[in-house]
Amino acid sequence: MFGEFDTSVIFDNLHFLLEGMQTTLILTVIAICGGLVLGTLLALARLAPFKPLSFIAGSYVNFFRSMPLILVIFWFYFLVPHIVGRPVGGFYSVLVAFVMFEAAYYCEIMRAGIQSVRKGQIYAGQALGLTYTQNMRYVVLPQAFRNMVPILMTQAIILFQDTSLVYVVGVKDFLVSADLVANRENRILEMFTTVALVYFVICLSGSLLVRRLQRKFAQ
Amino acid sequence: MNYNWDWGVLIREPYFEWLVSGFLWTISVSVAAWILAFSLGSVVGIARTTNSKLLRGIGTCYVETFRNIPLLVQMFLWYFVFPELLPEDAGMWVKRELPMPEFTTAVVCLGLYTASRVAEQVRAGIEAIGQGQRNAGLAMGLTPAQVYRYVLLPVSYRIIVPPLTSEFLTIFKNSSLALTIGVLETTAQARQIEEYTFQGFEAFTAATLLYIIVTSTVMLLMKLIEGRLRIPGMISLGAK
Repeated sequence: MFGEFDTSVIFDNLHFLLEGMQTTLILTVIAICGGLVLGTLLALARLAPFKPLSFIAGSYVNFFRSMPLILVIFWFYFLVPHIVGRPVGGFYSVLVAFVMFEAAYYCEIMRAGIQSVRKGQIYAGQALGLTYTQNMRYVVLPQAFRNMVPILMTQAIILFQDTSLVYVVGVKDFLVSADLVANRENRILEMFTTVALVYFVICLSGSLLVRRLQRKFAQ
Repeated sequence: MNYNWDWGVLIREPYFEWLVSGFLWTISVSVAAWILAFSLGSVVGIARTTNSKLLRGIGTCYVETFRNIPLLVQMFLWYFVFPELLPEDAGMWVKRELPMPEFTTAVVCLGLYTASRVAEQVRAGIEAIGQGQRNAGLAMGLTPAQVYRYVLLPVSYRIIVPPLTSEFLTIFKNSSLALTIGVLETTAQARQIEEYTFQGFEAFTAATLLYIIVTSTVMLLMKLIEGRLRIPGMISLGAK
């Protein structure tokens, strides 16, 4: 019970745990950036007037959205070395998996965001003689991004939590580091409680921030 | 890319049985967890719309706690930490005599986690109806419980069918996390086939197809049901 809750194990291994957290954060940030870029391209493809293009983008999104993230991680952990032709290590496989997977979700958010821009704006852009690309770049996307900021941030928090799934292929993120310490020092109770608390504090601060932003945008 | 294709592996003994049993575990975990999530989620969601500050506070705490801890960490908490926190006898019972410990833990964990998401949808559904209907019910002399039973809930559940469908699909996909505590469901079996035969491509394709088939079937079915349940003049909505 909590009577023998030993906090020293946390401080003794602090450096190791922080390294794990660093991996978690790097993974999150790269997955967000990659996912955003690929997701935006997908969303543009999905809304493009050229039918085959929007069909392909739509299939991509539906495909990834009907698969569990763990299965996607296993897929890429198995596939990436085959495609590259040499072992690349868990981290890079997982990174590819996250970017591809998140892109499907970001695409849907983007699409909703782009569709939330009023039609009149697009017509106005066209009337001014802007090309399709210019219209997207200067008129539609800046407004769409603004509408999407809260949802994008919520998705980032979800992604931050989801990175813990790299556990299944043993990439040393925050959770796996804590798990290693827990088993080595036989301190399962302390380590997992700490991990839960750390995630909780980070994610709760994140969602409170999102709520404040939402209120600000709603004004 | 040199790879020895062998699709036959999927129908060979014992790998075919592995896939079938994995699929059945996936379905059992998802359905059992969904029953828990739906009932508890409804209670928590309703609690967050009542006038009682205490009930609202409890509901909010529940939702924030379960939403802000990664599901995998929750899985480990229930499996490794929870039995340690119980009084000695109860802890022993959970460790030694709990029937199907991995399955039960996975169902409880997934159920409680998804309940927090269902609660948000239920709350959004009730809030979408607006204060007017509630006041009208109270003015007619209905008790608060009757207002919920006859006025608010029948309408709100019909509004939130689409988001609830996607919550069910989420629980179905999340059931794959049960593999981390040793439930041999679809993804775990695919992984195991890969390890035994090195036919990863075939094994993962089979698992992917199983997930896609279920997801598409559920979506198709719910489209039909949604059409029947839709309230004319109201657009469906959900919490984000």
